[in-house]
Amino acid sequence: MSSFRGRDVLSIRDFTPADIQLVLRTARKMVPIATGEKRSRSLEGKILSTLFYEPSTRTRLSFESAMARLGGRALGFSSAEGTSVQKGETLADTIRMVEAYSDAIVLRHPHEGAARLAADFTEKPVINAGDGAGQHPTQTLLDLYTIWDEKGAFEGQNVVLVGDLKYGRTVHSLAYALAELGAHLTFVSPPTLEMPAEILERVKEKGLSFRAAHRLEEVIREADVLYVTRIQKERFPDPQEYEKVAGSYRVDMEVLRDAKRGLIIMHPLPRVTEIAPEVDRTKHAVYFKQAFNAVPVRMALLDLILGDGV
Amino acid sequence: MRELRVTPIKNGTVIDHIPAGLALKVLKILGIGDAVTSTVTVAMHVPSQAMGWKDIVKVEDRELGGRELEKIALIAPTATVNVIRNYNVAEKRPLALPDWAVGILRCANPNCISNVREPIESSFVVRSKNPLRVVCKYCDRELEDIVSHIL
Repeated sequence: MSSFRGRDVLSIRDFTPADIQLVLRTARKMVPIATGEKRSRSLEGKILSTLFYEPSTRTRLSFESAMARLGGRALGFSSAEGTSVQKGETLADTIRMVEAYSDAIVLRHPHEGAARLAADFTEKPVINAGDGAGQHPTQTLLDLYTIWDEKGAFEGQNVVLVGDLKYGRTVHSLAYALAELGAHLTFVSPPTLEMPAEILERVKEKGLSFRAAHRLEEVIREADVLYVTRIQKERFPDPQEYEKVAGSYRVDMEVLRDAKRGLIIMHPLPRVTEIAPEVDRTKHAVYFKQAFNAVPVRMALLDLILGDGV
Repeated sequence: MRELRVTPIKNGTVIDHIPAGLALKVLKILGIGDAVTSTVTVAMHVPSQAMGWKDIVKVEDRELGGRELEKIALIAPTATVNVIRNYNVAEKRPLALPDWAVGILRCANPNCISNVREPIESSFVVRSKNPLRVVCKYCDRELEDIVSHIL
């Protein structure tokens, strides 16, 4: 197991299965602190910079909440507007400046590879909070936490990823990590939005098999976890085609008729129409819990990286 | 009578055993056509015992350096590079692909941070040498059509 203190979090591929397990176990211990039942001062005196070059309210607030719950402080900006970026400052220069103000840097940036560049320009730990269509490792960790917390294990679980598997960045990292952790994967998408060959190749490199299907009904019976993503309108030149495709991947009570009792349904949110509101009331729905899990998982990471523990 | 297609040079570099058809790409790598002050001789589709057909490029009064050799290795790893001094082969420079291709390729992903104004050089990890496969250090994408992305 690698040591976490001071390390960067750039891609889920930098994590061994043992690293992931450590984050998950630590996150579970953080839950009572995340809900306010218990108090912690473990990061007192520490400062986290949150540099959001594009808005992502949920990610930024959960990082700031995580830091505050551990007794630390957060500072930063929530969009590039009004910052020195608009004056033409390079990311490299901004990072060198911010390094002097904080103990760790959380970065959200529209360009792929931005977090890796940032890490090259500072000794302080950099946490990637999304770089363009690239990586978003803390999202993957909170998705993994949700599965682990609900199902108790990864090995042997039938995980069905459904929706836009081509452009949906969360499903790429998740598929990779789940393959590494021993889950069985099934990919369900319209033919035009299939999982990219590069990701399939990496899953295969792990020695794991996977299934691909075009219809949800074909695979729902065996699913233990259903991970739903949004199919974006702008991916379709023809609005009618979009309506048709999006409708056929909608999860409603009819689709869930043959599902296992213990099936859990996840979604990175925000959702539009891909999960019917009636599903919210079922025991299958864990997507709001998944959103809450962002806080204990990010607390765990911050504590492992910046704290004196572990 | 033996026909002499390419004459010997006094000083400079001979790049031999270039796969047939790639000589013009080698010229591009060497920046020939921009500000070259010496003679360049190109022989294309020359019979070769080892290769069947090959190309040869001779550049007078110039010895090639590290990055130029790395770039040539990317497109023609089988080529040989001989430094000529006073009509003799003074040095054979090995063509070896590095494990990292730094500053010699451009990432094809327009949204990659390495294509934005930042104080960095492009950087690719060489994942496989035969066939040649490289992956961008920054955006983690594999570069297709490597030849047309040589800087």
